[in-house]
Amino acid sequence: MSVILLIEQILNGLQFGVMLFLMAAGLTLIFGVMGLINLAHGSLYMVGAFVAAAVAAWSGSFLLALAASLVAAAMFGALIELTVIRRLYARDHLDQVLATFALILIFSEATRWVFGSFPLFLDTPAWLSGTVILPFGIQYSAYRLAIIIVGLVVALGLFLLITRTRVGMRIRAGDSDREMIAALGVDISVLYTLVFALGAALAGLSGALVGAIQSVEVGMGEPVLILAFVVIVIGGIGSIKGALLGAILVGLTDTLGRTLLPVLLSTVMDASAATAVGSALASMLIYILMAGVLLFKPTGLFGTA
Amino acid sequence: MIRERYLNLIILAGLVIVPAYALMVDEPFTITLATKVVILALAGVGLNLALGQGGLVSFGHAAYFGIGGYTMGILASHAQNYTPLMTSPFLIEGTNSMPVIWLVAVVVSALLALLIGALSLRTSGVYFIMVTLAFGQMLYYFAISWPAYGGEDGLSIYVRNQFPGVNTLVPIQFYGLCFAILLIVLFLVDRLNKSPFGLALDGAHQNEERALTVGINVYRLRLVAFVISGAITGLAGALFADLNRFVSPVMFDWHTSGQIMIFIILGGVARLFGPIVGAALYILLEHFLGGLSEYWFIYLGAILLFVVLFAKGGIVGGLSKKEMSHGG
Repeated sequence: MSVILLIEQILNGLQFGVMLFLMAAGLTLIFGVMGLINLAHGSLYMVGAFVAAAVAAWSGSFLLALAASLVAAAMFGALIELTVIRRLYARDHLDQVLATFALILIFSEATRWVFGSFPLFLDTPAWLSGTVILPFGIQYSAYRLAIIIVGLVVALGLFLLITRTRVGMRIRAGDSDREMIAALGVDISVLYTLVFALGAALAGLSGALVGAIQSVEVGMGEPVLILAFVVIVIGGIGSIKGALLGAILVGLTDTLGRTLLPVLLSTVMDASAATAVGSALASMLIYILMAGVLLFKPTGLFGTA
Repeated sequence: MIRERYLNLIILAGLVIVPAYALMVDEPFTITLATKVVILALAGVGLNLALGQGGLVSFGHAAYFGIGGYTMGILASHAQNYTPLMTSPFLIEGTNSMPVIWLVAVVVSALLALLIGALSLRTSGVYFIMVTLAFGQMLYYFAISWPAYGGEDGLSIYVRNQFPGVNTLVPIQFYGLCFAILLIVLFLVDRLNKSPFGLALDGAHQNEERALTVGINVYRLRLVAFVISGAITGLAGALFADLNRFVSPVMFDWHTSGQIMIFIILGGVARLFGPIVGAALYILLEHFLGGLSEYWFIYLGAILLFVVLFAKGGIVGGLSKKEMSHGG
């Protein structure tokens, strides 16, 4: 295996990790501030992708499609927060899981009803469709590189928002003591809606960005949701830093495992068996990583409680 | 409002009368639906032990359901093709004998639950939900990418497995077999819930610190409950595979875990007969709403949302006046 291919796979892993971060950041923020486990987060990812595909097909503008996906996902997020989610804050996790699972069923079927069962396609914009030449003569997809940059910029923005702004201060305060911040006169329900919409917008953005490299279809959010859970378990609930580290770790492990394991195994067995065993093992690798973290740090790398 | 015990008797009577009536009017499809209810209820009874009695919100019980199904599929496919399962270090042959398959399914799913439980129970609360979900998905992806037993396409078994003295291909006889297993398991689980073990499990659910203080090893207690729970769900998986004569990775899918959980919440958390009512309602909804609209999951979602938000205690809780000691 050549070094260039390896670097390309590392970049792919990074891109995957950055996408997972956008999902996991919202989930972990919502859990940290409101104590809510939200399975419907994957549906917001799907909403983002579908809205982006629809708007891109209608207007032809990729940037407009991205903006629309952000707004639509945030609006949907605020809508379900106001109607359903806020009734769940005081409930136990089982109720939260079941209610948000019910939301998935409703969202998925409603999307199938509106858009049909066939996947939609979202094209990468012309100005990002080629490859770029990186140092050492490595060619890499401009679009995937753009995703990595967008993801890292969002991560930085989120970090600044939470550590440097007034809203961020309230979010942190809500994270550490919900009753106290309400007693100090902060309108906690507005804050909750805001945080939920923020998380939803991140999920929607992530869905729209990925929509251009995969097909946009019903149920596309579910595998990503579960991977985002793995990320959170590894990184520690409520920690944005943990989400970033966990996401990149999971992204790299999964991508490199799928490429390297069959190659490594082919040194000890014949090629077709190595491919079969390698891909089966690679699909389990991130869960094994999660199990390893659980053995040593049950609360995740940056978790506290 | 009636006592839960009488309600349970009515439920059992329903499980006898409906198939008997279907037999009289010669409606084998209704018997098949009833068989499905009984098997899915069994899976729910398994999960309810961990979730209801133990408060362990496992979102990965599809793992045991699936491994039970695949145990049946793998053993029966080897018997069907007359190929041994393995030859070294010792010979293992496939089989189409139900009792053997059940035993293997119970042991294999118990071992899997021991492994997953030992890791997952190191966490609690929302971590536990995510970790069990993740391990369930791990097996799903493994089943898809492992080519030996059909991969994504699944595995078909052409003839239903055999049970001594019963013609399992006759729907009512197979139903009787499944119903008998459900009754036995219900009896055992009821005894278990009322035993010191079950009471300690419930106690640890209500107040973990107090249970620890009186010297209960909560981790081990929960692990044992989790293993029994997984084994029951695994047995249900083996029966479900035999009902369909087909296994596929869908049995491992997290929607299956969600479904088993829905049976419990519809019927009533920690109610012995809750999963039966829940599974029956689910199958009825699937049958009638699914006939009305292609998009019946919307209605299922709406009903589930309503039950969770406004009708805690499910149907058994709503119909019987006996208060539970805890909200589940």
